[in-house]
Amino acid sequence: MAKKEDSVKLLGFWASPFSRRVEMALKLKGVPYEYLEEELPKKTPLLLELNPVHKKVPVLVHNDKILSESHVILEYIDQTWSNNPILPQDPYEKAMARFWAKFVDEQILPAGFMSLVKAEKGIEVAIEETRELIMFLEKEVTGKDFFGGKTLGFLDIVAGSMISFCLARAWECMGIDMISEEKFPGLNRWIEKLNEVEIVRECIPPKEKHIERMNKIIERTMSS
Amino acid sequence: MADEVILLDLWASMFGMRTRIALAEKKVKYEYREEDLENKSSLLLEMNPVHKKIPVLIHNGKSVCESLIQVEYIDETWPGDNSLLPSDPYQRAHARFWGDFIDKKVNVTARRIWATKGEEQEASNELIEILKTLEAELGDKHYFGGETFGYVDIALIGFYSWFGVYDKFGNISIESECSKLIAWAKRCMQRESVAKALPETEKVTTFISQCLGLE
Repeated sequence: MAKKEDSVKLLGFWASPFSRRVEMALKLKGVPYEYLEEELPKKTPLLLELNPVHKKVPVLVHNDKILSESHVILEYIDQTWSNNPILPQDPYEKAMARFWAKFVDEQILPAGFMSLVKAEKGIEVAIEETRELIMFLEKEVTGKDFFGGKTLGFLDIVAGSMISFCLARAWECMGIDMISEEKFPGLNRWIEKLNEVEIVRECIPPKEKHIERMNKIIERTMSS
Repeated sequence: MADEVILLDLWASMFGMRTRIALAEKKVKYEYREEDLENKSSLLLEMNPVHKKIPVLIHNGKSVCESLIQVEYIDETWPGDNSLLPSDPYQRAHARFWGDFIDKKVNVTARRIWATKGEEQEASNELIEILKTLEAELGDKHYFGGETFGYVDIALIGFYSWFGVYDKFGNISIESECSKLIAWAKRCMQRESVAKALPETEKVTTFISQCLGLE
């Protein structure tokens, strides 16, 4: 149970979708927190101490409890602060939200970034394969405002942070119109709806700075 | 209405074993269907169009995919008096963290020992490091969750039936490097749900040797 004297700290990185999604959840629940920016790639001794296994952001510290891995943190936040629930109550709906969230991070991310940058099969093939994966999400959101229904949920937070505010910028850098209005009307509408939510807007990495960083990462990845 | 539960699986899958164990722990009656991965059933392709992989849990016509998601689904759908995950949010998060660690690290590394040529040495060294990390997390506890068998034990135990494969192709001895983990595995094997779900190590080793054309 969350109490008044709760201390919540978040170690994050401004450009990390994993870190931004935790901020969205905390803001959605109205949880006050202290934000500590990691200046990646340099890692502070605090980060290495708090997350010795993976040495990555985000890390949430709630009183004396230390949590890492964004999906784990999101579920913890949802169970600890019960207002504005993120996950559905029904076990099947919950399983679906978890499944699609895993799909976003483990399938869409590598396809939508590394496969495009490396383009081992050729860029056109890589783009088509990414679009095929994204089509699964199009089907999930069609007819709804958000994946969670009328309000933001777990999958909106995960997919929003990863696709709209991270991968979309990489695609812009590469000159790719990945989620075209014509092929993905549902997702385009979803992105508009997301942008209308104030707490989401507060958690979007600043565009110019982000594009500059993306360009550097793409160059570095291409030449490695 | 009686529940209809079907599990599409492969006998040697350490992921399928998780779901079998969870269903057995909760005493859920289900129909087990063996898939031939060279010739996937139309039901598998229909129920898991995204990954086309086993295990697939079909409950009253609706499919749940990804083994650890299935374990949580089983825990929430058939609560009973033996929870597979702790109720405390932090303990739960801790269990999920280690389940995620096992998913991210173990198979990816272990596969390289037998499925990729020339990486056996490096991959087996890495695997031992990963297992030692897990052993440290286990500590002196009976199970990963403490006194009760649960989620993290379920996430890892299936790999025990594959230790023979890693030992053989990696030229290592997991038993001598991680004796506490082996002791934990043997404790788990005393549970009926685990003993029934795991194939014999020799059978898995023979199967892989045959796949590689060595037997």
